[in-house]
Amino acid sequence: MFRFLVRRLLQTVPVLFVILTATFFMVRFVPGGPFTAEKSVAPEIQRNLEAYYGLNQPLWRQYLDYLGRLAHGDLGPSFKYTNRTVNEIIADKLPVSLELGAEALVIALALGLTAGIVAALRRNTWIDYAASSLAMTGICVPTFVMGPLLVLLFAIQLGWLNASGWYAWPDRLLPALTLGFVYAAYIARLTRGGMLEVLHQDFIRTARAKGASEIRIVFHHALRGALLPVVSFLGPAIAGILTGSFVIETIFQIPGLGREFVNSAFNRDYTLVLGTVILYATLLIALNLAVDIVLVWLNPRLKFE
Amino acid sequence: MSRVSLPSASLLPAAVCCLGLLLGACGHRETGVERGIREQVLHRGLGSDVAELDPHLITGLAEINVVSALFEGLVAEDPRDLHPVPGVAERWDVSPDNRVYTFHLRPTARWSNNAQVTASDFVASFRRVLTRGLAADYATLLYVVANAEAYHKGRLTDFAQVGFAAPDERTLRITLTNPVPYFLSLLTHPAWFPVYPPALEGAGPPDRRGSRWTRPETIVGNGPFVLKEWRPNQVLIVSKSPTYWDAAAVRLQAIHFHPIDSVDTEERAFRAGQLHLTEALPVGKVDSYRRHEPTVLRIEPFLGTYFYRLNVTQPFLNDKKVRRALLLAIDRQVIVEKITRGGQQPATSFVPPAFAGYAPPGDARRDVAAARQLLAEAGYPGGQGLPAFDILFNTSENHRLIAEAVQEMWRRELGVKIRLVNMEQKTVLETRRALDYQILRSVWSADYLDPTSFLGVFASDSGNNHTGWADARYDALLQEAALTADPAARADLLRRAESMLLDEAPLIPIYYYTTVRLVHPSVQGWYPTPLDHHPYKHIWLEN
Repeated sequence: MFRFLVRRLLQTVPVLFVILTATFFMVRFVPGGPFTAEKSVAPEIQRNLEAYYGLNQPLWRQYLDYLGRLAHGDLGPSFKYTNRTVNEIIADKLPVSLELGAEALVIALALGLTAGIVAALRRNTWIDYAASSLAMTGICVPTFVMGPLLVLLFAIQLGWLNASGWYAWPDRLLPALTLGFVYAAYIARLTRGGMLEVLHQDFIRTARAKGASEIRIVFHHALRGALLPVVSFLGPAIAGILTGSFVIETIFQIPGLGREFVNSAFNRDYTLVLGTVILYATLLIALNLAVDIVLVWLNPRLKFE
Repeated sequence: MSRVSLPSASLLPAAVCCLGLLLGACGHRETGVERGIREQVLHRGLGSDVAELDPHLITGLAEINVVSALFEGLVAEDPRDLHPVPGVAERWDVSPDNRVYTFHLRPTARWSNNAQVTASDFVASFRRVLTRGLAADYATLLYVVANAEAYHKGRLTDFAQVGFAAPDERTLRITLTNPVPYFLSLLTHPAWFPVYPPALEGAGPPDRRGSRWTRPETIVGNGPFVLKEWRPNQVLIVSKSPTYWDAAAVRLQAIHFHPIDSVDTEERAFRAGQLHLTEALPVGKVDSYRRHEPTVLRIEPFLGTYFYRLNVTQPFLNDKKVRRALLLAIDRQVIVEKITRGGQQPATSFVPPAFAGYAPPGDARRDVAAARQLLAEAGYPGGQGLPAFDILFNTSENHRLIAEAVQEMWRRELGVKIRLVNMEQKTVLETRRALDYQILRSVWSADYLDPTSFLGVFASDSGNNHTGWADARYDALLQEAALTADPAARADLLRRAESMLLDEAPLIPIYYYTTVRLVHPSVQGWYPTPLDHHPYKHIWLEN
């Protein structure tokens, strides 16, 4: 396992390097720049701005400078937020996105696993149909419909919650529910399928013949096998929750990193684009690795190779 | 298959019920708006977030809306029509040739750390704006001052020769190159606001960008409010300043600025009682508010014009008659009634009819017969012989709808074929800089209360022209107006310049902007103003 980890970690270095280099040059080749605005900046002011940020240097020079600073963990100053550094912006906003993602994930797992297990155990009853229909709805209804509907009900009609913002804990409920619900739907379907498959296998019959209680059969014997597809799904799902929170962050005005990730590209905030891309790339690689480890742990037939 | 009874089956609805009870138990929650009325705390939606609070570096309206609470210039704005009223300067004298302004600073003007606001603070601030390294976007607004442009461009290194002088701590003298009739109004722009030099020095070199002096811990201002909290993308809180010279007149205790990017989200926040004021309103909701809740809907004229630029360096569009025909064939009334629907007015000139003492010529009226005639004279009767033109706009549903309407009007009335091209905003701007378009959707809004804020755009040395059109006669009229002291004669020269502009038609005016927003009935002292500035010291909340 140790060798597996070392090898995988070594593989990530060139991957990150390629992503970083490609992003650096791609954002520079996009038309427009950080100071392109509806009202044009006077040419001499533009030159001063470029000199201040080192944009008047040859591109290869800027690239090397960036790598040099990156080696010291410095992601540079933001172009749009003149008095903030990219490090500060990430430190400020990543925790918000992580918190939202974690809460959404808890909701997704709690709802999804429960619904999936119950549906499998009560196959072809109204409970199964209800859970499956709900899951289907969750998959079909996009977050930008679900979010405003929840706001309409809980914030505007009932007046229980804020419609948007990130001030106190009740403000977490609607966004986490909106984001979590989609994933709950997928998890429910995967869990149901996995459970049905496992419940038909011989070792479950054996356990049952030995007189094991149903609760023990479900949680001790069946679930471990039934969760394999869910775990495989969770890797990309967590990544999707983290990077895909843009819509939710916009609907609920949440100060998370997902919006910066998208808006930095529109603003041509070169350093912020690079900073967020590097961060998300690292997160994705780490998540995939974690999923591989958990899968081997859950399925004894797999080995670290 | 055996069945197990699991408690989880009923867990979900039970959990939802518990949650409901928990929240519902509070009964009617006091909303932010209600608490705000009780405590005189204004909740204002801000549109996109502020990127910076340094008055010398800000560029957007959102930033101006916050910074105007934190700083005050020599003159302030009247809440009803924004005419200049005494600010830090309690009075001023103007020399007979209208070139030298002497401002007398009020002794009670204080920074938020209780230090006196002095004339040398102002001079140091103006010097900072004109420093090359700071690269302040609006440094050009100071060019009206003698030698300011030369100093900013590095042709002059001795700042003492620039027309700013502080004979004593309460007297500030500003010498202009030429008389500028709107000079006092210009002074209300944040580029002219003072900053507290020691606060800047405490946070690093004062003339460098990226300084952190505008953080709540370090910022020092001289406005009616002080910065308490700044959580990016979340909330920005200012509270009443005890050291402000006119603190007795300030009734609001605090303002919470809520940056909300999405207009739909902002509208929902208003309905949920989180905001007294929104920054905008989704177009699709205007009719509904007009019908059901007209009291909260505010539509006010705004000094901005929606227009199309025509690239006069392109074949066919280099023919004035073709351009003029395109200008005359548009039915602007249909566009504002059927598409924009927010009280906008059809633009018959480039300059909106909102400047005191200036009546725009209004030559851009619909005249289809004349348009057809011009096109025929140009050699393209019924559009024959003309290629299809591209209308370029940045990706947005509204721009597309307007472009489609114009496309149909030109096809039907003139037989001119049009293709619609949309691109992402900064790509459009880069295309515009390169003059690589034919017809381009554009917008212009005033920086200060004078028609030259618009007409200067099409001067041949303007960095905002972007049409390839230049005319020495137009430049000469603007120049002559700049040297004319008599207001009526000056207005007449400007009107002649604008007439010429509309006749040459490097642009096609379409409509004059409005601001469309929701205002809670408790907001008092909020007047429609052409620049959408609303001095907070005059606002209070009352049911």
